[in-house]
Amino acid sequence: MLPFLWMISTSFKSRGALMTLPIEWIPKNPTFDAYIKVFTRFPFARAIGNSFFIAVSYTVLTILSSSMAAFAFAKIKFPFADGLFKVYLASMMIPVQVTLIPLFVIMNKLGLINTYTSVISPSLFRVFAIFLLVQTIKSIPDDYLDAAKIDGAGLFTTYRQVVMPLCIPTIATLCITTFMDSWNDYLWPLVMLTDRNYMTLPIALSTLNGQYATEYNVLMAGSLISMIPIIVVYIFAQKSFKGSLVSGGIKG
Amino acid sequence: MEKRKNGLKNQTSAVPFLLPSFKGLIIFSLLPIVISFFLSLTDWNGIDSLNLNVFLKDHFIGFQNYVKILTGGEFFRVLGNTLYFIVLYIPLMLIFSLLIAWLMNKNYKGVSLFRILTYIPVLSSWIAASLIWKWVLAPKFGIANNMLSIFGISGPAWLQSEQWAMPSIVLVSVWKDTGFFGLILLSGLQGIDKTYYEAAAIDGANSWQQFWKITLPLLSPSIFFVLIISLINSFQLFPQVMIMTDGGPNGATQVMVERIYKYGFKYYEMGYASAFSWLLFVIIFALTNLQMKMQKNWVHYGA
Repeated sequence: MLPFLWMISTSFKSRGALMTLPIEWIPKNPTFDAYIKVFTRFPFARAIGNSFFIAVSYTVLTILSSSMAAFAFAKIKFPFADGLFKVYLASMMIPVQVTLIPLFVIMNKLGLINTYTSVISPSLFRVFAIFLLVQTIKSIPDDYLDAAKIDGAGLFTTYRQVVMPLCIPTIATLCITTFMDSWNDYLWPLVMLTDRNYMTLPIALSTLNGQYATEYNVLMAGSLISMIPIIVVYIFAQKSFKGSLVSGGIKG
Repeated sequence: MEKRKNGLKNQTSAVPFLLPSFKGLIIFSLLPIVISFFLSLTDWNGIDSLNLNVFLKDHFIGFQNYVKILTGGEFFRVLGNTLYFIVLYIPLMLIFSLLIAWLMNKNYKGVSLFRILTYIPVLSSWIAASLIWKWVLAPKFGIANNMLSIFGISGPAWLQSEQWAMPSIVLVSVWKDTGFFGLILLSGLQGIDKTYYEAAAIDGANSWQQFWKITLPLLSPSIFFVLIISLINSFQLFPQVMIMTDGGPNGATQVMVERIYKYGFKYYEMGYASAFSWLLFVIIFALTNLQMKMQKNWVHYGA
């Protein structure tokens, strides 16, 4: 906890006050200098926007793609379903670092470096989300689906109007964990985004760290800003969050 | 009427539902893994043309990258650094997460505030956490050494010291991960039937005995899960290192992913980096399998 308070305190210090001994836990002359600097020296407001846009899109796409796949695996009979599901699960063992270089090559060939697309698109394939949703959808009684069929509903209508509403608790959980994963992700956006105007907050912070390595007041201000949205989400969603992190903790 | 076991029978209608994730599987998993292995057999620098006709003739070098990695000293030095990290990190992390789980499992005023507080490190990004600790551990003006000096200890230069750089990385990792693993262990603790403790208390077992004979065995599935995840994470150690030490001083905190990233994107030795990443893959694969087997032998699943 102390490091966190130290961060808040530092972010309100001027550059000179960083280097006073004994250290000041409560800044004697609190200033917003660091906050002003972080926004003027770097397109930081833009980084906040990028992070929001990317994390929200990433989450929405994950939910859509995963729930569709999960519906197919859980309720539609098709050839090789078990085999395919095993391939999906097995792919979880492949570390991101192995696919990083080839994916950089592919994205580069497609001209997608420094685009939002490159950062968001891996959301199409989040095995853990699929796995969790398969479990949920399997627990939905088939009678519900039969009833929908008798009423003349096609598969898509069934998926949208019967299955999805029953998955809301799981989806809420996944939304929070996926958003957080995407918001805090480092390695993938680090490789995909090199243009300051496209950077997400963690990449922006690591760039600032490279340039202003000793101006800790600026770095702490930036770090604090990057943490606030997640902490707010957590405090509001604490109840569902507690369970969700345990079940959603493995990265897909 | 034919009795259906479950599900809607339909041969082709699954296709549109599976298409997005299947595309993802191909693009983000299967295709890259094949390309990665292929690149690991080349000395490609990331720049030269990928035209297959010329490419094979110019760049194909068979298993030379692997030979170079496994016979050179760097790989084992980096592996040693990782093992050093693991030896310090896992016991510390386990002890603290057990402690946190135990504290969160009690009913007292302010327990929910305690939960939020232990959770802040988990919610923050690795980058923010690493920046905070870099400043905490700053040799002269950081709080770590200033607090040590109260007790008359003059603290080391932490990140600038070859000896203390890796322990510093361990420190931030424990700080960041303990809340998360504590939560997993907490849900394990909450799953233990209270009647075991009541029975043990009647038989005169003290709380220390209760911990060793009841809590630990019944918690073993959760502990085991934490162990697997944290071990795999340890081999993928990266952001902390990049932000806090950049692999230094003098290579003391170089680890596998840091090497893969540097070789691939800083030194443009994409072939070499790919081979390195395959060795990482092999290690993680072996670990997962080994632990799956061990799980059968010593994990106690409660009734």
